[in-house]
Amino acid sequence: MSEMQQEPGLDDIPEAVPEPRKRFSLQLVWLIPIVAAIIGGILVVRTYLQKGPTITITFKTGDGLEAGKTKVKYKDVEVGLVKEVTIARDITHVIATVELKKEVTPYLVEDTKFWVVRPRISGGGITGLGTLMGGSYIGVDVGTSKQQQQEFTGLEVAPAVAMDAPGSRFQLHSADIGSLDIGSPVYFRRIQVGQVVSYELDKDGKGVTFKVFVAAPYDKYVRANTRFWNASGVDLTMDASGLKLDTQSLMSILIGGIAFQTLDESGEAPPISANTAFTLFATRDEAMKNRDTISQGFAMIFKESVRGLSPGATVDFRGVTVGEVSGIHVAHDARSKEVNMLVEMRIYPERLRSRVVGSVPDPNEYGAILNEMVAHGLRAQLMSGNLLTGQLIVALDFFPNAPKANVNWALSPPRFPTTPGSLVELQETLMRIVKKLEKLPLDEVAGDVRQTVQTLDATLKDAAKLVRRVDKDILPEIGMTLEEARKTLDEGRKTLSAAKQTLSADAPLQQDLRETLRELARTAQSLRVLTDYLERHPESLIRGKQEDTP
Amino acid sequence: MSDTLVTAAARGLLSCHVCGLLSRGGHGGQTLHCPRCSTPLHVRKPDSVARSWAFLIAAYILYIPANVLPIMETSSLFGAQADTIMSGILYLWHSGSWDLALVVFIASIMVPLLKLIALTLLLFSVQRRSTWQPLQRAKLYRVVELVGRWSMLDIYVVAILAALVQIGALATINAGPGALAFGAVVVLTMFSAMEFDPRLIWDPLQ
Repeated sequence: MSEMQQEPGLDDIPEAVPEPRKRFSLQLVWLIPIVAAIIGGILVVRTYLQKGPTITITFKTGDGLEAGKTKVKYKDVEVGLVKEVTIARDITHVIATVELKKEVTPYLVEDTKFWVVRPRISGGGITGLGTLMGGSYIGVDVGTSKQQQQEFTGLEVAPAVAMDAPGSRFQLHSADIGSLDIGSPVYFRRIQVGQVVSYELDKDGKGVTFKVFVAAPYDKYVRANTRFWNASGVDLTMDASGLKLDTQSLMSILIGGIAFQTLDESGEAPPISANTAFTLFATRDEAMKNRDTISQGFAMIFKESVRGLSPGATVDFRGVTVGEVSGIHVAHDARSKEVNMLVEMRIYPERLRSRVVGSVPDPNEYGAILNEMVAHGLRAQLMSGNLLTGQLIVALDFFPNAPKANVNWALSPPRFPTTPGSLVELQETLMRIVKKLEKLPLDEVAGDVRQTVQTLDATLKDAAKLVRRVDKDILPEIGMTLEEARKTLDEGRKTLSAAKQTLSADAPLQQDLRETLRELARTAQSLRVLTDYLERHPESLIRGKQEDTP
Repeated sequence: MSDTLVTAAARGLLSCHVCGLLSRGGHGGQTLHCPRCSTPLHVRKPDSVARSWAFLIAAYILYIPANVLPIMETSSLFGAQADTIMSGILYLWHSGSWDLALVVFIASIMVPLLKLIALTLLLFSVQRRSTWQPLQRAKLYRVVELVGRWSMLDIYVVAILAALVQIGALATINAGPGALAFGAVVVLTMFSAMEFDPRLIWDPLQ
């Protein structure tokens, strides 16, 4: 039915225009997924190639760590991002999962260090201020090891010196930490050349080991015979040489510091490798003391008091310190029933013979040298080291007149001969004087003196009589004479005043004289006028004076 | 009922897409042109299934980088940040705006994925000349075509932000490589849907 109705319409429909088919259009469309695959593949592959390693760092706390926000920076350049912060299973620490950039992969080694950078204020300065604005980040210091690692333990405090800073690290052993801290400066000739990197208590708890960093080029001044000492604060010492104040710099007074110096010795000591261990001395003096390889202990017997002598007191030979007192005891001699003072000393025989002059003798020869010296009169003596503090030292010197003695090597420690100290000698001298005084015939002298005094008394009485007579007889006469003299003087004064009146400027005599003189001058003037006139008009003598013509 | 239906194709008639003129087709092996406006004519879109597949596969491939790579790179005073679509959604979700997160999730992840799946389903069914639920499939196709352009929402946001937020050191937003891939996915699925000839759904019923 419907076919029939549609038939006439169909005939009117025009024919479509045919054209040969293009066959390649089918292939062309498949280029699109291929291109998409290439682009997508490149994007994905590139992203995954850029994706760096993921590591975990454990910290004590998660303070400042934020997943997805906290960055990892090396030399202030971003190298990674914290992806996750979780608490460890044993809840003692925090584990941060960090995704790093690919470039840092080779630096993820055993001794690479991570720490959270926070604002930190110490005596040496303020660091990490930038984190106040931008939030804290994780700092990295790349290690030098070759051992790759993916798990790290974060430091609580940033290392003071970057691993790649040029210079050397040394270890210092000390009894205590003093006022030092991480970052405390290290001085060489008062120039700051490095700082304290870390410190830790020794495993046995008997000391502290510091790690210090000395920057290049100063590290070459650290040699085998270099001494380090704690230059912290103010060093006030009082010993036989007096009161001594030693400081390094204002900075070290505030925050402490370490100084080092190489002993001045002939011949350069060999330079040493990094990480060599040194001893950190408490003071400069202690550090610069000669380290003597040979030391010989001696015991000395003193009969006098050793008040003022203490262990550590110097043993000096004509001003050169050659040893020190190591002990003081009281010794009771069973044979002589005497109680003496036994002083032990430690002598460094090397110092008795300088290394500068001549060859260094064999250590065993020092005994012989000492024996010889003692034979020539070398004795130990107590001497006042400081009059103010009253401290004593042991002085060695030659006393050629001393009774013969020698070192008793049989005893242990060997016994060194002594001679009484100067104080004792003074005492003995005084005693001798006192004894001589005692021998004087004081009674007879006293009798003589009394007689003399009596005679003197009589003489004095006579003298008193004489004086009394003088008072009575001679003095009135003298009084009258004086009266006369006063009168004469009065007369004289009157005469003188009369004369003065006559001679004074306004006296009548003077006035008259002056008037007369003036008169005389006027007369002379008239006379001169007359003479002049006569000279010009001699005729006037005859004709008389002519009248002036008008 | 289908037996009684007469289609234009069965009668050898073609309709011009541009001027609407009905014309009679030739017989095989030739590309036909509209006698009035000279537009190429075809009974069904040529190579519809193959082209649709090509675009769809390309879209599938780019769907992976679109979701894995960062779509937006923000750098500000407080540091630089690269966000993928998923991390953005997670951020929104964690910061409490779960409604926004849901919108973005549906618009940017679910819709493109559903579109891909829908197109795959349509293409498969057409290729296998399935007679299963043709009406539902036709409706599905209409939804796919309608919804296509709305998936560009993300791209618009990124493009506007990248253009607006360029305050030097303070804050800068740049489109990431993921944005490119995402945009490509949307465009490719639209092309795929366009190339698909819905009349093919009904052909097996003849």
